[in-house]
Amino acid sequence: MNGASSYSGLVDNAFIFILGTSVLLLIGVTLAMIIMVVKYRRSKHPNPAQIEGSVTLETLWTVLPTILVLVMFYYGWAGFKVMRDIPDDAMPVTVTGQMWSWVFEYENGKQSTELIVPTGRNVKLNLESVDVIHSFFVPAFRLKEDCVPGRHNKAWFKSTRDGEYNIFCAEYCGERHSAMLSLVKSIPPREFDEWLGVDPGPPEGAQLLTIKGCTACHSLDGSKLIGPTFKGVFGITETVLTDGVAREIVVDEEYIRKSMLEPDADLVEGYPKGLMPPQGTLVKDEEMDAIIEVLKELK
Amino acid sequence: MADSHGAAYGYTGSYLKTPSNGNLWSWLTTVDHKKIGLMYAAAMFTFFLVGMSLGFLIRLELMEPGTQFISAKVYNSVFTLHGVIMIFLFIVPGIPAILGNFILPLQLGADDVAMPKLNLLSWYIYMVGAIMALVSLFVGGGVPDGGWTFYAPYALKSDTNISLAVMAAFVLGFSSILTGMNFITTIHRLRAPGMGMFGMPLFCWGLYATSWIQVIATPVVGITLVLVTMERWLGIGFFDPALGGDPVLYQHLFWIYSHPVVYVMVLPAMGIISEILPAFSRRTIFGYKAIAMSSMAIAVVGYLVWGHHMFTAGMSDTARWVFSLLTFFVAVPTGVKIFNWLATLYRGSIEFRAPLAYALGWIFLFSIGGLTGLANGALSTDIHIHDTAYVVGHFHYTMFGGAAIGMFAGLHYWWPKIWGRMYNEKIAIGAFAVILVGFNMIYGTMLVLGMKGMPRRYQDYLPEYANLNFIATVGSWILVTGILVMLYNLVRAIKHGKKAPDNPWGSTTLEWKTTSPPPLFNFAEAPTVTTGPYDFTEILREAGVEEGR
Ligand code: HEC
Ligand SMILES: [Cu+2]
Ligand SMILES: [Cu+2]
Repeated sequence: MNGASSYSGLVDNAFIFILGTSVLLLIGVTLAMIIMVVKYRRSKHPNPAQIEGSVTLETLWTVLPTILVLVMFYYGWAGFKVMRDIPDDAMPVTVTGQMWSWVFEYENGKQSTELIVPTGRNVKLNLESVDVIHSFFVPAFRLKEDCVPGRHNKAWFKSTRDGEYNIFCAEYCGERHSAMLSLVKSIPPREFDEWLGVDPGPPEGAQLLTIKGCTACHSLDGSKLIGPTFKGVFGITETVLTDGVAREIVVDEEYIRKSMLEPDADLVEGYPKGLMPPQGTLVKDEEMDAIIEVLKELK
Repeated sequence: MADSHGAAYGYTGSYLKTPSNGNLWSWLTTVDHKKIGLMYAAAMFTFFLVGMSLGFLIRLELMEPGTQFISAKVYNSVFTLHGVIMIFLFIVPGIPAILGNFILPLQLGADDVAMPKLNLLSWYIYMVGAIMALVSLFVGGGVPDGGWTFYAPYALKSDTNISLAVMAAFVLGFSSILTGMNFITTIHRLRAPGMGMFGMPLFCWGLYATSWIQVIATPVVGITLVLVTMERWLGIGFFDPALGGDPVLYQHLFWIYSHPVVYVMVLPAMGIISEILPAFSRRTIFGYKAIAMSSMAIAVVGYLVWGHHMFTAGMSDTARWVFSLLTFFVAVPTGVKIFNWLATLYRGSIEFRAPLAYALGWIFLFSIGGLTGLANGALSTDIHIHDTAYVVGHFHYTMFGGAAIGMFAGLHYWWPKIWGRMYNEKIAIGAFAVILVGFNMIYGTMLVLGMKGMPRRYQDYLPEYANLNFIATVGSWILVTGILVMLYNLVRAIKHGKKAPDNPWGSTTLEWKTTSPPPLFNFAEAPTVTTGPYDFTEILREAGVEEGR
């Protein structure tokens, strides 16, 4: 797969060197075994030589591999150093992973579920997680770094070609780990500036639910995903478990707000604890109000 | 202890034909290291078959993109169970418990391990640990997911019974500690007169290095257990960021134990290969001391490299390069071994029999395992392949190719000694050829998939990965067929095989100097040792060959 970041070539060189050497060594070892098994077969070679060892050879095949692996280490480190030296002029984007969606936030507050970047400019990623460990992985950029809750990991890249590149979550994070996908869209800088400059206003309606990742677990059409559907939820009476005790509640504004901030406080009956990430850090107050309005409308 | 040998007990027959042998109770209360070895074999191969079926199911699900047979939720539990069973119940304790128990005292010329009762206790502790592990998987909030690594905070958050699972790992580890101490003591105290440390067969050295790792590394699991328990019950935050803890700390503790344990799995297998090669080349091993000492070197350096599992977790950049550098140093002693084994074939008189086929295949697979590890050790390349199918392929080459195939090689080598029966060698070699094909189809393909970016632990994947996944799944059918035929061939031999001579391969170590199967106390007369472990003078003289230069 062709690399598409400024440092992907360095990584590929290290791959070629390491894997190339490995293949040669493997062929050598395998051929040596086959040749000797044939050449020294008992019927042809009944009289073995009892060679106990050789200090020269032992030294040789300790020292040479040591040098070889040091070169490999160097190659690996050289590419890595570039990956870790974040250029000062890089444009910061905050990447937040949550079960099971990505949201990207730009400096001017613009949010997106896809990572739109200008080709040829440096981009710095602030990697955050609101629940468990996720790992931000873009194979085409040879880029991977974990989003660890409570830590603030960083990474950077510069895309060298316009195009769309897969984003995967590489650290196991639960049921829909393999569906935690997105795209990097690398576009010409001028288009990007335009895109970034257009203030779409605060995300609205169902769009808000997508950006905030709610739709990874809540459907809008009545089907049951990981959590209860949002369709017609407002105003119904349902059973929740509060501290393990079942009680009836009516889904109103206050209840929805609490469900977002402390999902485990009132647990909808039949759903597991600890799955829905608390939304306090990810969803701002006014966005919460907007979400409530959306839910009211979803009949 | 000459008086405890054989005749002094009035019973000189095979250990398999003692008067009480027919009843189960006599097995469950035996302190005979040979029977204990076989009891481990019975338990472990049961687990192995379960683990293999789960692996088969994983590949079936991945045959095509989308959901085929099992939902994502079930899939996640299946790969977790597969990992837990294969690693903690089969591969880690496998070779020492089965072949180590059976062979070590015989190779040293002893009548049992140093502490036979403790040895039986270790078996019971293993069984308790295994049952706890299995129970922990099913009580609490249901079958856990999260993989055999159980990373915080995901795995610790869930309702599933993590405390019991870690406790089980510790109990299993405790069993290994006891076995390890037993082996270390046996090696130091019970070598036959005339056998120095450097006069031991190399399998004993492999077990010796492994035992030290077990004794020293396992307590870390205990520490982790205490911390997990304090976090869950007292709410003191160690790992969960919601309580002010750090999830990366969990990864450190996990790998401080689990990385050295990789060598626990592989070192005894290396010992087995070092036995088989001289026997079928009829010549002394090349570089005895280099092989023995590289085992110890691997055991020591192996403690210092755990961080290479965490290159993307957000450790400081300095820590990352230091761990990378150290990791490369472990590669060197492993390479030294491979070169010494090749040199052992050089100008030998080689007979291509079943055990040798397994041993050479082992060298091939393990070389791939070791070499593919280099790209994991180098920083920039590991960033790309970390947590992808590449890593899964790589560790199956080392763990399955290295440890399990090594065990299969050992079983084929010592089977005639253990049961006094030969198996069908043609079937054994044929089955292995099938295994090799299937093996490389699965795990070789995974290496490519990972390079192309397919993450691991994915129940579903993008269409671009479909063809390779299909090949891997077909490979799994071939591999499983090979393994079943191989096992059937071995089991069949127990009853129906031809009678085996005492020394069917023309080997030199002490276990071949007693009968097949050995008598209850191993040797009719306590052996003394006057030559090195791989001295073929006598074998060659019997074969009518003039001794070589
Ligand atoms: C990882 C999956 C997941 C995500 C992402 C998620 N939720 Fe939830 N949610 C759940 C689960 C499971 C429940 C039911 C258990 C509970 O009450 O906590 C739930 C319950 C709820 C409820 C209560 C529903 C009822 O019938 O009482 C509301 C409201 C809610 N979520 C809103 C949201 C919003 C808004 C978002 C996005 C900002 C969101 N959730 C994101 C899993 C999720
Ligand atoms: Cu994730
Ligand atoms: Cu994930």
